[in-house]
Amino acid sequence: MRKLLASASALAAIVALAPMGEAQAAELTLCWAAWDPANALVEMSKDFEKASGTKMKFEFVPWPNFADRMLNELNSGGKLCDLLIGDSQWIGGSAENGYYVKLNDFFDREGIKMSDFADATVYAYSTWPKGTPNYWALPAMGDANGWFYRKDWFENPNLQAEYKAKYNRDLAPPKTWTELKETAEFFQGRKIDGKTVYGAAIFTERASEGITMGVTSALYPYGFKYENTPGKYDMEGAVNSADAVAGLEMYKEIYKCCTPPGYTDSYMGEGLDAFKSGQVAMMMNWFAFMPGMAKDEKVGTVTGFFVNPGQKVAASTLGGQGISVVANTDNMEGALAYIKWFAQPDVQKKWWSLGGYACHKAVLNDPSFKDSQPFAAQFLEAMGGVQDFWQEPAYASLLQAMQKRMHDYVVADKGTAKEALDGLIQDWTAIFQEEGKI
Amino acid sequence: MPDINAVADRVASATPPSVARAIRGLSDCSIAWLFVAPTIVLLLAINIFPLIWTIHLSFTNYASNRPNRPVVNVGLKWYQDILSSPEVWAAMQATAHFVFWTIFFQTLIGFTLAYLVDRKFRGHAFWTTIILIPMMLSPAVVGNFWKFLYQPQIGLFNYIVSFFTGLPPSSFEMLGSVTLAPWAIVIVDTWMWTPYVMLICLAGLRSIPDYIYEAAEVDRASKWRQFWSITLPMALPFIMLAVLFRGIENFKMFDMVMLLTGGGPGSTTELASITLKRQAFEAYRTGYSSAFAIILFVVVFGLANIYVRALNKVKQR
Repeated sequence: MRKLLASASALAAIVALAPMGEAQAAELTLCWAAWDPANALVEMSKDFEKASGTKMKFEFVPWPNFADRMLNELNSGGKLCDLLIGDSQWIGGSAENGYYVKLNDFFDREGIKMSDFADATVYAYSTWPKGTPNYWALPAMGDANGWFYRKDWFENPNLQAEYKAKYNRDLAPPKTWTELKETAEFFQGRKIDGKTVYGAAIFTERASEGITMGVTSALYPYGFKYENTPGKYDMEGAVNSADAVAGLEMYKEIYKCCTPPGYTDSYMGEGLDAFKSGQVAMMMNWFAFMPGMAKDEKVGTVTGFFVNPGQKVAASTLGGQGISVVANTDNMEGALAYIKWFAQPDVQKKWWSLGGYACHKAVLNDPSFKDSQPFAAQFLEAMGGVQDFWQEPAYASLLQAMQKRMHDYVVADKGTAKEALDGLIQDWTAIFQEEGKI
Repeated sequence: MPDINAVADRVASATPPSVARAIRGLSDCSIAWLFVAPTIVLLLAINIFPLIWTIHLSFTNYASNRPNRPVVNVGLKWYQDILSSPEVWAAMQATAHFVFWTIFFQTLIGFTLAYLVDRKFRGHAFWTTIILIPMMLSPAVVGNFWKFLYQPQIGLFNYIVSFFTGLPPSSFEMLGSVTLAPWAIVIVDTWMWTPYVMLICLAGLRSIPDYIYEAAEVDRASKWRQFWSITLPMALPFIMLAVLFRGIENFKMFDMVMLLTGGGPGSTTELASITLKRQAFEAYRTGYSSAFAIILFVVVFGLANIYVRALNKVKQR
């Protein structure tokens, strides 16, 4: 009887463990945020599964929890992800802490050239220290903050005439933040199709990164800089320059004058809801949502897109991510094979056709690219002027400080724009001092 | 029904002689320790060790997202930084406002409801169950649910206020206004946890023997007099217990407020636990947040101790 039991146990152990061992070897888990492009990637990865025999698993986390979840995963040395499409700001910390695999040797070996990818995306998504030829990711998803607008309202002859009479220019996508504010004011509280509509949906979210991404979309065009001399952390006069103050004041004015009621803690999802339900004439949101919006049954045909307005300079807040191999992976070969597959021009073309924003020049420089989607030309224009938040290892603390200062000023009405930016310099200085950078 | 002696005999005979000899040699005290040991080991592993480790980390510059950085002893730096930080004091102030007013309203309404339910009117069991529903919900559900209720354009709350006051529903923002947001979270917590206070108070009221009221009736004491001289003093230890439980819980409040306001607008509703979470798991200042956690622990522990002493005095009266 004992022999029988021992044999049965051994058999059970073999049966239970054998497939697990095999599955681990032929499985890859890719982690990213839960949004439209992720669904496109699932679809596209089926080709990789067919070609390699590797089974792809996906771990997608909703945006508000994405950074928390993934950074905790990396910090705790977790083995959930073999591949991670992480935010551009994580690259400094992930490179310095050894969370990502440095890909230079692999790129050389496989003939993957960074010069084949758009320069801005390589700089932002792949390099650390910034701008050096040390690559920690392959540009995967180009993105920037842009604008959506109700084309049908903008093309309404009555509204056009009224707008022209009031502002002495055509009712068209605004080219500057001043025009943006005036256009938003024009629509605010107006009755369209029997419904009260509002000017603009902008980012005001407090908990993660929302208000920072929104505010910087106004600050950059006004000439805001993080440092006077790049790499010197000399922020006085740059972060709180007169231009930066003007940009921040403009953002608050738009928040005060022209957003829907209760729009105090809103980010991507709330903006999409407001726009799709016909509440707002314009919405700030990431280019990543444009393919989905263009196909939307209700508002897809009446939606237009424009690049973030300039003021003193043309500039957009950078979004997007690179794909990295997590150093802790048990399937390094498989993960690298995925990157190699993903870097192929044909795969990149398919990525764009499915709704992903490819960064490969074979896609972007194709003469037909600009006309391939109603937002393609705007995407190219935006990527030409993107600026990103700090990518330092202490980025999370830097972001948290800015979230607090900006929400305090814009939403909670505390202090002046100058005081908010002065306070931000104090916070950032303390963080860099703690980091030993200054 | 099996014969217990027979079962014991069977167990004894099945015990290997070597084990039986070892057990026979144990004193009662040793056997008691043997039974308690697993609990103590668990307690040490889950509570005591993390506490000691947290205290240790609070004196270092350790950051959980910087595993390669040398860990340096920083002495009392974090404690000094925290105690002199205006942000921390603002968070403590927001917490104090939240704790005080939630306890005030929950005790007032909870006791009143308990007093009414204790009358045993027709259908009181049904109404008791209905009243208890909010506390059975998850804080995450309550947070999301009230976020919709407070929505200025479609939220029921604004429409109810509008109905009674004549103010346009979209003219005020419960979660977006610096003035109203601290009260908005108090309202939600009161809605959710008043039934809990009511239950404890009800237990207190039901524990008062009827003969005391009968004696008071014989002495022709008025209802008002009975309430002040019998009901309230005898229910007071229960009320104080409810206040203690709710005080400790609300001092640690995180989930519901995080979902409702995310600490905003600005930092208006950023309670101490939200600040702690942000420092620990968003900024990854592990040393700093460990010190903050220890300070919060000492505050809650100290206040709870003082309170328990007062409670014991009331019980001894």
